[in-house]
Amino acid sequence: MVDNFHIISALVEDRPGVLFRVTSLIRRRNFNIDTITVGSTEREGISRITLTMRGDENIVEQLVKQLSKIPDIIKISELKPSESVYREMAIIKVLAQDAERRSDVLNYVSIFRGKIIDASKDSLTIEIVGNPNKINAFIEIMKSFGIIEMAKTGIVALQRGLRGKIEG
Amino acid sequence: MKISGARAIVEALKREKVEVIFGIPGGATIPFYDVLLESDIRHVLARHEQCAAHMADGYARVKGVPGVCTATSGPGATNLVTGLAAAYMDSSPVIAITGQVPRSMVGKDAFQEADIVGIVNPITKYTFQLESASQIPDVIRLAFIIASTNRRGPVLIDVPRDVQLEDVDFDYTERIKIKGYVVRTGEPHPYSIKRAIGLIMGSERPMILAGGGVIASNASEELIKFAELIMSPIVTTLMGKGAVPEDHPLCLGMVGMHGRIECNKAIEEADLIIAIGTRFGDRTTGKLDEFGRNAKIIHIDIDPAEIGKNVKVDVPIVADAKKALIALYSKLIEFGFSRKESEWINKINRLKESFASNYEEKGDGLKPSKILKILRNILPKNAIITTGVGQNQMWAALHFKVFEPRTFITSGGLGAMGFGLPAAIGAKVAAPDRPVFNIDGDGSFLMTEQDLATAVTERIPIVSIILKNRSLGMVRQWQCLFWNKRYAYVDLGNVPDFVKLAEAYGAEGIRIESYEEFERAARRSLSAEMPIVMEVPISPDEKVLPMVPPGKSLKEVIWYG
Ligand SMILES: Cc1cc2nc3c(=O)[nH]c(=O)nc-3n(C[C@H](O)[C@H](O)[C@H](O)COP(=O)(O)OP(=O)(O)OC[C@H]3O[C@@H](n4cnc5c(N)ncnc54)[C@H](O)[C@@H]3O)c2cc1C
Ligand SMILES: Cc1ncc(C[n+]2csc(CCOP(=O)(O)OP(=O)(O)O)c2C)c(N)n1
Repeated sequence: MVDNFHIISALVEDRPGVLFRVTSLIRRRNFNIDTITVGSTEREGISRITLTMRGDENIVEQLVKQLSKIPDIIKISELKPSESVYREMAIIKVLAQDAERRSDVLNYVSIFRGKIIDASKDSLTIEIVGNPNKINAFIEIMKSFGIIEMAKTGIVALQRGLRGKIEG
Repeated sequence: MKISGARAIVEALKREKVEVIFGIPGGATIPFYDVLLESDIRHVLARHEQCAAHMADGYARVKGVPGVCTATSGPGATNLVTGLAAAYMDSSPVIAITGQVPRSMVGKDAFQEADIVGIVNPITKYTFQLESASQIPDVIRLAFIIASTNRRGPVLIDVPRDVQLEDVDFDYTERIKIKGYVVRTGEPHPYSIKRAIGLIMGSERPMILAGGGVIASNASEELIKFAELIMSPIVTTLMGKGAVPEDHPLCLGMVGMHGRIECNKAIEEADLIIAIGTRFGDRTTGKLDEFGRNAKIIHIDIDPAEIGKNVKVDVPIVADAKKALIALYSKLIEFGFSRKESEWINKINRLKESFASNYEEKGDGLKPSKILKILRNILPKNAIITTGVGQNQMWAALHFKVFEPRTFITSGGLGAMGFGLPAAIGAKVAAPDRPVFNIDGDGSFLMTEQDLATAVTERIPIVSIILKNRSLGMVRQWQCLFWNKRYAYVDLGNVPDFVKLAEAYGAEGIRIESYEEFERAARRSLSAEMPIVMEVPISPDEKVLPMVPPGKSLKEVIWYG
């Protein structure tokens, strides 16, 4: 991964308007993020927001400090990529009309440990999960076959080991 | 016991010791107002909701406790926006209660519906939209905690009309906490104090930069003791004006774009800048790369996000200003450190003297600086000044010496024209026994002039001194200095006649033509029982000098227009 890649993980109250507060702050303070995901956690009433961005340390530190002032954010920290696991999923629909192309695509899918989740006469729809590097590499290859459409989830991440458990 | 949501709000406000609410009612707040009518809480009927917010803000800044304003849904709520933004930029604790359309109609573009919670999100510390009356006690309690702790700021509570009518079991004990909001103790970390002490003891030319945070923290006494111990001169930001008495021998006055030249020079020469409760705004620092280039910097601020936001600092101290100053002071005493005289202080005094004559009035006509000096001699030390925005505000900052914290009330961060009059009303409500003077520009005054009606009907005797230069003076000054004197649309004309305007509202209007007249009028106004408006004609060519051109370093001062 590029070295100025940062993952920020926040535990937030599961309340209306929280995502709005987060995105509004990001826009207002002129931060630039790459992905944002929101979902539930093991604890009812608490959601996790995961943000990724590129930029120098100071900018990330400012973003974390500014976000941590939002009262709905219970805990926020930067996750070091080397000390965490992170995954993204993409669904990619590629052109695969003749048999040769189809088998090429299938080959790549199996190398990248993707899955075919739908197929039509002219296309294959692939599900691929992994770290963003792997997904990007796969997408690059698929471009040569012709991507019809694509959707990505954004990154979710957790710290390795026991740390990071929700306390209290 | 079950009571209505509206009653619960009023009950909760009483528990928070709210004495006064500034506002205008409307369809979505009638239930609330109906209960307010019979409560002991005073209501001041504003004539524009922007003013209601500025009044609450002025009240809060003078009293140091949250000020409360209210508006109905839709247009009432949107009118609050400028007032809330001004409070937010200056970290002032204002609570706004807005009416909202009934819950079932939210999102349907109902009559007078506006998504006020969405609109003010970026200009408030926090917002609540009530979903049921049962939330009222907790929400009001939390709103006051959030507004008045840590770095203070405005909080808005949006209350759908039907929530005001719904019954609730009123229980004002602490039931819930907001997990993500921790009220800081404000105690500094011993390690950061130790590091700061090292820098202070090693410095030869220390300089204290005191900001609005010193006033918010009521840390003036501690600051003076500290400064005297280390013999450090003090400069303030605009928001820090009043943090130390401006006749104190160590206090130089305001620094920055319109700062006094000796302050800007002194900060350039310091080898240590101790910044306390300031956010290093661009108006304070000038060109950032050159600010404090030769100095080490200690930054005391209660908001961790302010550390390193604009200026890289050597020693950050995340703490309440007062607590940090107490800690620094007692550590220095423990080490037996103190300074008496120093070459640095002598140098500062020479600087002061060498520029003193530059501030003297020259030329014909009434000079704003002289008017302000005369006013200072008349007013008691605890008199409160509010200002408009523009030249009037900067003249007040430069030439009106302030001796006590919370007596110079100005819209610094947002720079909202129209702030002066309503802020003065709020200030006078907070401190009815002290004189309150609004130093204003004609342009600024016109933006909220209708609230003279409030001052008259509520018999709030505030005095507005309008420095009438018949133009949007500050913009004109920029056009003169940086845009080749191309005066694009800054001419206001000689209208209105502020004497007649005042009279139309039932206030007293006085036209000033000489310094003697001004002095007489100002003295007399000290015992007035009704609002007074003084029209003081000045030349549109009067400038606020010195000035550091935008984007330039503090060294590059302009002295003569
Ligand atoms: C026309 C015009 C001209 C201006 N020219 C100048 C100028 O020449 N010079 C100038 O300085 N300003 C000028 N200003 C004002 C400027 O825009 C800013 O409002 C001002 O500089 C900010 O002051 P401050 O840094 O003290 O911060 P404030 O906005 O007062 O912020 C307070 C700081 O203190 C912190 N704080 C709050 N509570 C505490 C506490 N309890 N303990 C510790 N820290 C705390 C906050 O986190 C924040 O960082 C001008 C404004 C206008 C409209
Ligand atoms: C609401 C608002 N609109 C516009 C401005 C931009 N502005 C800053 S100073 C100024 C001129 C103010 O004129 P006046 O109140 O007459 O004061 P003067 O500078 O002449 O003393 C203007 C228009 C502002 N600060 N606030």
